[in-house]
Amino acid sequence: MKLPGYVAGIGVLGPGLLNWPQAAAVLSGRQPYAAEPTVLPIPSMLPPAERRRTGRVVKLALGVALEATARADADPAPMPSVFSSSGGDGHICHEICQALALSTREVSPTRFSNSVHNVAAGYWSIATGSMAESNALCAFDASFVAGLLDAMTRIAVDRQRVLFVAYDTEYPPPLHAKRPIPDALGIAMVLTPERTATSIARIDVALTDEGADKMPDPGLEALRSAIPAARALPLMRLLACGAAGRVVLDYLDVSRAAVQVEPCA
Amino acid sequence: MKPMLLAEFTATSCIGSGLAPTLASLDKKRSGLTHCDFETVRIDTHIGEVPGVDAQRLPAEQRLFDCRNNRLAELALRQDGFLDGVDAAAARWGRRRIGVFIGTSTAGIMQTELAYRARDPVSGALPVDFVYGTTHNSFSVADYVRRRCGLEGPAMAVSSACASSAKVFGTARRMIEAGLIDAALVGGTDSLCLTTLYGFHSLQLTSPAPCRPFDVARDGISIGEAAAFALLERASAKVGGDSILLYGVGESSDAYHMSAPHPEGLGAKRAMQAALTAASLEPGDIDYINLHGTGTPSNDRSESQAVTSIFGPTTPCSSTKGATGHTLGAAGALEAVICALAIRNGMMPGGVHTTRVDPTLTAHYIKENRHSPLRRVLSNSFGFGGTNCSLIFGRAG
Repeated sequence: MKLPGYVAGIGVLGPGLLNWPQAAAVLSGRQPYAAEPTVLPIPSMLPPAERRRTGRVVKLALGVALEATARADADPAPMPSVFSSSGGDGHICHEICQALALSTREVSPTRFSNSVHNVAAGYWSIATGSMAESNALCAFDASFVAGLLDAMTRIAVDRQRVLFVAYDTEYPPPLHAKRPIPDALGIAMVLTPERTATSIARIDVALTDEGADKMPDPGLEALRSAIPAARALPLMRLLACGAAGRVVLDYLDVSRAAVQVEPCA
Repeated sequence: MKPMLLAEFTATSCIGSGLAPTLASLDKKRSGLTHCDFETVRIDTHIGEVPGVDAQRLPAEQRLFDCRNNRLAELALRQDGFLDGVDAAAARWGRRRIGVFIGTSTAGIMQTELAYRARDPVSGALPVDFVYGTTHNSFSVADYVRRRCGLEGPAMAVSSACASSAKVFGTARRMIEAGLIDAALVGGTDSLCLTTLYGFHSLQLTSPAPCRPFDVARDGISIGEAAAFALLERASAKVGGDSILLYGVGESSDAYHMSAPHPEGLGAKRAMQAALTAASLEPGDIDYINLHGTGTPSNDRSESQAVTSIFGPTTPCSSTKGATGHTLGAAGALEAVICALAIRNGMMPGGVHTTRVDPTLTAHYIKENRHSPLRRVLSNSFGFGGTNCSLIFGRAG
């Protein structure tokens, strides 16, 4: 059982990965990988009142989503979206739990509204005026492939182009010790049922029992294993190389996802 | 879309653990809401607490998952022979061919709330025995259910605020239609915690009284907890006429505000229309609407406008949240099961606690139970972030 689709545009942001062209140069080995703290863009697409309220999760997800839709030359408004993340906004969660541990228990209403797991999907809809359906998923360390499967089944069944965004941010201490995600990393893809003018490659996704591929570069392998969204890096590397091939991505304890890549160039 | 069979279903909320007590409560118009005495919470509000959650134990091999949310899931899974039904489905389809998609808004976040009260006074560290991944993380309940049931297909939590466990039906039907799986265990579980009680209170959205959806004096929600599950399969040609099918799923976004619904209910309207289109039905085909009906002034006004704009002022509708409370991420699945019970028993549950329907709300809100055969019913679930989902259920015959 294979789920086919085309990658029409990619957005990437993470430690030492600034955007898709720069990330592609690093992932394909044309540039060395140098880990740097992730610098998140200001979500200028949001109205000022909303912009002030957004945390790191929203900045990250909207940043990569915007890059992917721009590279795909796609209008975001009619496009369904899938947002998948291994956790919500860790900083907001920390603030709320800290407030609840005090006898006063004064929770900020804005923080509470922004604590929902679908916060990035909500702000994306507000920023783009998109009334299309949007999913917000979580599968802990398996969140990238969980989101990919949801996006690919939309293509298979509904024959619509889909925005898929996988993103993770760090928890501050003391939660950081229990969930040590080191920094923010997001990957967005516009996936389409047919080949388009901007198509990078055709992909076919299937479940498999094989073990997940690793990154040859130790720095990128450390990133892959530390941030759930970075479990996509072997696929991003193949797309960056512009070569045909097959990769196996990490998913659940009992299964992984095999992705066959056929470049469109 | 192709209709999907609800091969099994069960629900546990403050009005009953399992289908029989739930139906009996609906029949007697009994509410499970009581004044809030949950944990150390000091808020003047009512809650829908499920009895026996704290006493529920998880199987030893799943002890890392132990938290209130997964105890509630376990309590619900044990009702109505649901686990036996899942085993039979696993034997029929194969464990790899059954997915698990569970909606939740806060999962086991209460473990983290408690851990923050027990931080090391010097280092600030959380207690050694606190485990994040199998309790607090949104995936925890989906992971618990798949391990508990021995299912090995694709799995995920949908966490789209209060539309979460309606949207799992959409994810499941796409996975089944795409051929990735043959069946799906779908559902929702959300349990009482301090984050939602104090959070909704901070937004001034909790009512001091038991919530009164669509009442002229409605003044907010009552938070409840629930777990509800269904086994969804492709509907074969030979399903019995009494079987309950999922006919349509419609989803949309408001593109308006993070915590306030679109004032004219445009997103809600779009979701209901999408569900009708998916089911190839006309508005006149819908016999009853189970509303999102939270009891806040703005939600009910917006939803009433959306409902009336599609269905006009005569289609009977009600909210069951006066009985169960707003069970947040579990509301979609709980109300899906209530719709299945309504269809099976030919009974539209009248809204509990509502005494005088707001005359400015034009939807046909019913306060008394009505008995009549129901062929097709629609259920609405909306959430923060402007996320909307409408489901259409009906008899196979």
